[in-house]
Amino acid sequence: MAGLGGACLLLALGVCAYGICVSIYGVRAGRPEFSESGRRSVYALAGILTVAFLVLELAFLRNDFSFTTVADTSSTTTPTFYKAAAVWSSQEGSLLLWAWLLSLWSSLVLFLTRKRMREVSAYATAILLGFGGFFISLMIFYATPFATTNPAPADGVGLDPLLRHPSMMIHPPMLYSGYTLCIVPLAFGMGALLARKVDAEWIGATRRFAFAAWLFLGVGIMLGARWSYAELGWGGYWGWDAVENASLMPWLTGTAFLHSLMIQEKRGMLKVWNVSLVLATGTLAIMGTFLVRSGILSSIHAFGGATLGVPFVVLIAAMILASIYLVSSRREMLRSEHRLDSLLSRESVFLANNLVLVGLCFVIFWGTYFPLISEALTGHEASVGPPWFDRYTVPLALALVLLSGIGPVIAWRRATLANARRNFVTPLLFALIALLALLGSGVSTGKPLAIAMFCCAAFVVGSVGQEYWRGVRVRRAMAGEAAPVALLALVKRNRRRYGGYVVHLGIAVLFVGVAASSSFQHVSELNLSPGQSTKVGAYTVRYVHPTATITSQSDAAHTGATMSLGAILKVSKGDKYIATLLPSEGFYDSGNPSEGSVGHLIGGQAVSHVSMDAGVTRDVWSAIAPDINTPRLQRIMTIANKTIPIVRPDEGLIALAVLEREYLKAPPAARFKLIESPLVMWIWIGGGIVLGGGLIALWPAPSAVRRRVGVRPAGDQRDNRSASGRAARDLARA
Amino acid sequence: MSVLVAVLTLVLLAVVIAMVGRPLFTTRTRGGTSRPVESSAAPARTELEAAREAKYREIRDAELDYRTGKLSREDYEAVNGTLRAEAVEILDRLETLDRGGEQTSGD
Repeated sequence: MAGLGGACLLLALGVCAYGICVSIYGVRAGRPEFSESGRRSVYALAGILTVAFLVLELAFLRNDFSFTTVADTSSTTTPTFYKAAAVWSSQEGSLLLWAWLLSLWSSLVLFLTRKRMREVSAYATAILLGFGGFFISLMIFYATPFATTNPAPADGVGLDPLLRHPSMMIHPPMLYSGYTLCIVPLAFGMGALLARKVDAEWIGATRRFAFAAWLFLGVGIMLGARWSYAELGWGGYWGWDAVENASLMPWLTGTAFLHSLMIQEKRGMLKVWNVSLVLATGTLAIMGTFLVRSGILSSIHAFGGATLGVPFVVLIAAMILASIYLVSSRREMLRSEHRLDSLLSRESVFLANNLVLVGLCFVIFWGTYFPLISEALTGHEASVGPPWFDRYTVPLALALVLLSGIGPVIAWRRATLANARRNFVTPLLFALIALLALLGSGVSTGKPLAIAMFCCAAFVVGSVGQEYWRGVRVRRAMAGEAAPVALLALVKRNRRRYGGYVVHLGIAVLFVGVAASSSFQHVSELNLSPGQSTKVGAYTVRYVHPTATITSQSDAAHTGATMSLGAILKVSKGDKYIATLLPSEGFYDSGNPSEGSVGHLIGGQAVSHVSMDAGVTRDVWSAIAPDINTPRLQRIMTIANKTIPIVRPDEGLIALAVLEREYLKAPPAARFKLIESPLVMWIWIGGGIVLGGGLIALWPAPSAVRRRVGVRPAGDQRDNRSASGRAARDLARA
Repeated sequence: MSVLVAVLTLVLLAVVIAMVGRPLFTTRTRGGTSRPVESSAAPARTELEAAREAKYREIRDAELDYRTGKLSREDYEAVNGTLRAEAVEILDRLETLDRGGEQTSGD
């Protein structure tokens, strides 16, 4: 079926080219039927790419190794769960996923705006199809997912062991959804500039998509963090992967946009800033994708032998130039309709929050791309480490958390000092109580920034709690409702506001976890032999005895490792037993016969499988790197390689069983990394709260529902309009 | 297999042509005239309706700010008065647009 997949790609490219032409012709010539045909091209594109994606997914599930990409990234022994996810583990498959998701989101937004903004939509259609066409061209000319090998190999290489983690199923699709959703507001922003209709309507039409992009990216980043923590050996903040940093950048500018768009919606201000943020977010999303595809930075996410750098550089340059041209040539239209009424207003806090978020984005951009920048300027590649990031990001993060507590208690337009003072009492009291509790419980004063973060987070809890409390009190006074009913009604009627407050709370909780785990963790890296113990923080960890398993079915993490060596660790605190940890390292088949008939069975990448005891107050985390290069074990391996023919993998497994027995009989010292880290759980809890708040804010508000009901045939609509107009006028004049 | 692929591709192509070409074909069958072109007032109406919704939201927000103690009574009255005046202006413009539309359809 590879032929059908290839035909789908050619057809999809043709549809993109056709759609771009008719959309632009339709809007320029005032022929809406052509624009309509362009819009339908996007639907057709989504259908074609769905077929193409299914063809590839089925090839993986059916072990069809005639597909080169299936042979390169899957195998008969790869668990089915991971076969389904292996589609996006390759360059080719992930390009297809990108294009497919983009076509789905594009179809959705164009369907929802089919009766509005005809001109803006037509330009947006052309731009969305342009992006779709770009990715499809990459698949046709550079990295086709439907390339075949003849004759097909009997088995494939298998999925990269590092990717054999449940997050792999969700993390990439979430990030790609976020990236592709970032393109939707970009397309409509550019469309609005091209059509010279820069009012708040395009923002209203795509706000939900910008929010969804923010949510998906956020979930993707959290899953990436979790994956890194549980699978990759936790390099620490900023030390995990450049690509994760890259995905944080559009999230930050997207967060800034979600705040500043409210100012444009309400006041007609910040039009240049908003459209610039949207364009920057879209461009940063493409840059994040570019980092993975180009292989220019060292990353676990980078696809080997990536050759897509040049097309991406051309695309990014075109996006930046087009953005600059469009914004500068439309600057007169983008002039603000109003000015700030007062420096003490929510608008001002939002502006400050925007500056902090963009500042954070700039710092991360500089740190992430510094290896490239330094190479371009000095000729040699240098990189910056976590201390550099911390120097700039920690003060900015403190300011961000503080502002997320200040924003909710300041009124729109203007607030008086007296009111502000009254509203700050409770949050400040929370911060003070937190400070006293921390000092009273003996938390080291040598970590002032961490303590400041805890106090800022307590300030946010106080501020958000106060807002909910007062809101419920108002509802109860007005409607005489019981507290839970009043709370529900309050949130239901003001989803954006109160969902946003929940997000602020989640961010504060998340930063508490980050501050505690980075400032107060204890790390120990050492060699231990069975029976030996060590201290990590307040805990004693004893290496009881080693473990070993052979074959793919029974490895500790069920990820298809040929051999898995690990340890049983007993964790205690004083005399109290706490937990048993089972860290292990999986050894995978390299598929390279030159490593010997037995050697190749475990010659692939060795992957650490972390074991931890996680709790709300602390995590005890462990990883092991067993030593299989002792002379005794190497001698067994050499003999086995010489005596067992390559065509007898079953005998190879028997040789590995001998190796395993010898390892267990006299285990050499193994290398351990042990971490006791406080409050890590709160990072995930905070992420969950952010997700919950985001979903509340994203859910359609009753007013939007009413507006949808109002879309009727022309005759009915006029009657409806005048009726609702009169009612609304009465409301406004009351 | 290649015949099956060719047939499936042709079916897909036919579906795509029918789908994207429909607006063009239906226009031609109607006698060569385009679908009714969007009234010039429509974008202005949509813009005003969006502004009206935003203004209502602002009025509600100001009221909530006042009731939750973020605005003093004086500030609230000043802000509320301004917002309602702005809302009335938008409604007046909408009504003018409606009257214009009705006259045009009456003609």
